[in-house]
Amino acid sequence: MTSLETAPANAGPDGTAPLLEVRDLHVEFKVRDSVTKAVNGVNYSVNAGETLAVLGESGSGKSVTAQAIMGILDSPPGRITKGQIFFQGQDILSLPENERRKLRGARMAMIFQDALSSLNPVLSVGFQLGEMFRAHQGLTRKEAKAKAIELMDRVRIPAARQRVNDYPHQFSGGMRQRIMIAMALALEPDLIIADEPTTALDVTVQAQVMDLLAELQREYNMGLILITHDLGVVADVADKIAVMYAGRIVETAPVHELYKRPAHPYTRGLLDSIPRLDQKGQELYAIKGLPPNLQQIPPGCAFNPRCAQARDICRTDVPALVPVTGEDGTELPGRASACHFWKETLRG
Amino acid sequence: MAELSKDSGHTDAMPNVSEVEVVDASSETEAVAAVEAPVQRGEPILQVRDLVKHFPLTRGILFKRQIGAVRAVDGVSFDLHQGETLGIVGESGCGKSTVAKLLMNLERPTAGQIFYKGQDITRLSGRALKAVRRNIQMVFQDPYTSLNPRMTVGDIIGEPFDIHPEAAPKGDRRKRVQELLDVVGLNPEYINRYPHQFSGGQRQRIGIARGLALNPEIIICDEPVSALDVSVQAQVINLMERLQDEFNLSYIFIAHDLSIVRHISDRVGVMYLGRIAEIGTDEQIYEHPTHPYTQALLSAVPVPDPEAREHRERIILTGDVPSPANPPSGCRFRTRCWKAQDKCAQEVPLLAVPERFKGTDSPAAHESACHFAEEKDVVHAA
Amino acid sequence: MTELVTGTGEPAPAPAATQPGAEPSVARVSQWADIRHRFFANKLAVVGLAIIVVLVLTALLAPVLAPYDPLKQDLTATLQAPGGKHLLGTDALGRDQLSRLIYGSRIAVVVGLASILVALTIGIVLGALAGYFGRWVDTVIMRAADIFFAFPLLIGSIVIILLMGRGVLPVVLSLGIFQWATFARLLRSQILSVREMDFVHAARALGAGRSRIIRKHILPNSVTSVLVYGTSNVGIAIVAEASLSYLGVGVDPEVAEWGNMISAGRGFMGVKDFMWTYPSLAIVITALGFILLGNGLRDALDPKLR
Repeated sequence: MTSLETAPANAGPDGTAPLLEVRDLHVEFKVRDSVTKAVNGVNYSVNAGETLAVLGESGSGKSVTAQAIMGILDSPPGRITKGQIFFQGQDILSLPENERRKLRGARMAMIFQDALSSLNPVLSVGFQLGEMFRAHQGLTRKEAKAKAIELMDRVRIPAARQRVNDYPHQFSGGMRQRIMIAMALALEPDLIIADEPTTALDVTVQAQVMDLLAELQREYNMGLILITHDLGVVADVADKIAVMYAGRIVETAPVHELYKRPAHPYTRGLLDSIPRLDQKGQELYAIKGLPPNLQQIPPGCAFNPRCAQARDICRTDVPALVPVTGEDGTELPGRASACHFWKETLRG
Repeated sequence: MAELSKDSGHTDAMPNVSEVEVVDASSETEAVAAVEAPVQRGEPILQVRDLVKHFPLTRGILFKRQIGAVRAVDGVSFDLHQGETLGIVGESGCGKSTVAKLLMNLERPTAGQIFYKGQDITRLSGRALKAVRRNIQMVFQDPYTSLNPRMTVGDIIGEPFDIHPEAAPKGDRRKRVQELLDVVGLNPEYINRYPHQFSGGQRQRIGIARGLALNPEIIICDEPVSALDVSVQAQVINLMERLQDEFNLSYIFIAHDLSIVRHISDRVGVMYLGRIAEIGTDEQIYEHPTHPYTQALLSAVPVPDPEAREHRERIILTGDVPSPANPPSGCRFRTRCWKAQDKCAQEVPLLAVPERFKGTDSPAAHESACHFAEEKDVVHAA
Repeated sequence: MTELVTGTGEPAPAPAATQPGAEPSVARVSQWADIRHRFFANKLAVVGLAIIVVLVLTALLAPVLAPYDPLKQDLTATLQAPGGKHLLGTDALGRDQLSRLIYGSRIAVVVGLASILVALTIGIVLGALAGYFGRWVDTVIMRAADIFFAFPLLIGSIVIILLMGRGVLPVVLSLGIFQWATFARLLRSQILSVREMDFVHAARALGAGRSRIIRKHILPNSVTSVLVYGTSNVGIAIVAEASLSYLGVGVDPEVAEWGNMISAGRGFMGVKDFMWTYPSLAIVITALGFILLGNGLRDALDPKLR
């Protein structure tokens, strides 16, 4: 796939290079004699102050892509077999490991789903927050602790001064996720990757945490990559969306457009298969079949065995991610679809 | 209802409950397809009264002493009618999963009764309990731990027949298992496979087939789709709805996903810290909630509609759910409630139709445990 | 594979699941085929298995393999260096070292396996009782386990042997009695975690009785790790058995046994090193064999490593 030509416009709003750009990324996992093709040519970009939601089910490659960006892929067995990742104009995959380590935490940071297992249970949260400053900025223990309290205030943990010496298990799930956010924000990075940051939280707490994250992002003008399977969360916070399936991006679109007029049968199927809160629906539309097996991705379009519209070409030719045009033939900004029949899907 | 009158603490509330049931049923007739309506009127198949479960907190290794209790379920009452789906929603720690375990007799209640067709099943044991179990079955949340990894699918689905040999003659069992596989949409030839050879959605179907084996009347579903991928959730939900029609099943559907609960339920109960905050038909709860907690919960659900985000009212609650080991006095929601007043700390609000809506045919006239209940639509754009 | 486990919890289905209507009979054995495949893919496990197979064959075929009677003294040919008529030399009484080494494998295999069998039997019964019944049963059994745990294996065994007298049976029993506690603890903790799994709840919800739940659901899912751990411990038991003989409290000093051989070579250290190096080597290799085999089985059986 000659993805460079077909990728959506990569330039930022003012024509400069985007904050982060992933080009034709391929990642494989080799376990004994089987190869799992987790990422098979992903292209996406994020600008400063922008939120990109990467939407996909388990096995779609959304988290693996993020790990490749952060440089925390388990390798072996994971291996980047092809592609480039540009961060602030620099191809970070070609950097030596010690250079990449300096990027992590300082200029790009990650928030994980499970805050409890991401925090060290035997160290106080204040110490763990302060460690960022001691490791990257060489602050003293006392200065670091003051910074930790400031951060905890910032993510609105009540009574930060009293709680700075508490251990992770003494905080509730929502508070722990705030601590994770504080840790990610500590060095004011330019890019934050949040991998299912609210999936483990209750609905009312989820809303608090998502709001906090969005607010801090605006304040610091950071780029945010939000990885999620939840179409509701995406609609609430994203600017643009990349939908992944079997290690590829099948559709990209600005958030409003995607929900109004999806241009890929998978996206459409997902939207139709979730029940609504504000009305009692009829029988749900169900995408047939199973999520793909990454060791045996079907030939042609990976979605073809589950697609109601699949025709012969879908079983043989891998569809490229091509720009989506309106009725009058003009390109719809930010929109692309990897479906041979995107026109029918968009208009049908 | 003879047994109920013995229960002194709740005699006042009881008539209200049955009155409301009648009101519910009639309003339902208009809302739901007419076919389902007659079913609603019958005697409830399951009646839960003042169910309480406290888990003791102990200290010490050799000589344990109780230092408190987690009040996981603290006075829960509801009815389930034949052929109906009652949804129970709430956040983690609200006690909804404990209710499921109590209904299944996997835990013994600290107090309260569960009447199955008029018989209190919490006091049963041995043969009598085993007989009741044939009629109440369960579908579990985690498709990975709910199937014994060392048994074949045939052994798993056939186990109910081993335990209840009278349910199917020995020679028929293999055929019955294959029929059940077919009913839940799996290839009957999979009978000799092991659970690890299946995906999560397929495993959940196996769990459903096991639950159906004894032809139960009631199935308790504890978060049956929350571990599944979005595209697979719809398949399983549709399957469960089809089976309900086919076998006239009654479901108790416990979940934290409010959209899915609305989709599948006829009536919905909202739980908070071991109690039911509000209960009513899906329309009453979702379109006309009167309890502040229900309103906050509904308003916090992210809706897959970016247009709605600018227009929907969002009630962002402060703080976390208090510990069930040490719940607030009075109304349990008062520590996070924007309406809370002194009365809320002193008086426990009863689950009843609020005074101001009593006798009206307003959809707000459903049971709500709030001193200051008032209607507020939060799911539609303003 | 992180994506597969950290997502919403649905790993890609096994390839078999996507092919509808495959041969059912093939599928039935596939779990074992899978385990076998994983075991044989592990080189160290295969090495361990090979060592154990060679050991067991040697023990079975000792009369055929041994060039001399291991007990026959030849005072005209004492302390001969390896080579010539005696491949591994002779000891101070002129007994053929190779033959004694070969016959010694019999004691190692018998005592090693039998003592672990004793320990496993006690450990599984008591561990199952403690894990399933809990409460005071658990407390009593686990405190007893603590007491046995506190005794060093050799010291405890010596005490029993002093009470019972020397011989193979006392060695087997004493090593068994002082090793059960580990297995009981391991089984108990396995049972405690399996007991809370939903498939056990499901069986209870169906009305399954206690014995069925233990037999069908809890034991099959908790006992394998104990058996695997037992395999690794056979090596430790063999080392302990040889140590007892070396200390002069094991089997009769006349018997061809590795600990006895090392003991016989004790006085010749630095002079006739072949007397103790070969039996020592045999012990080390055997113990290693069982540990490798145990580790290989554990990795092959553990679904988490899939």
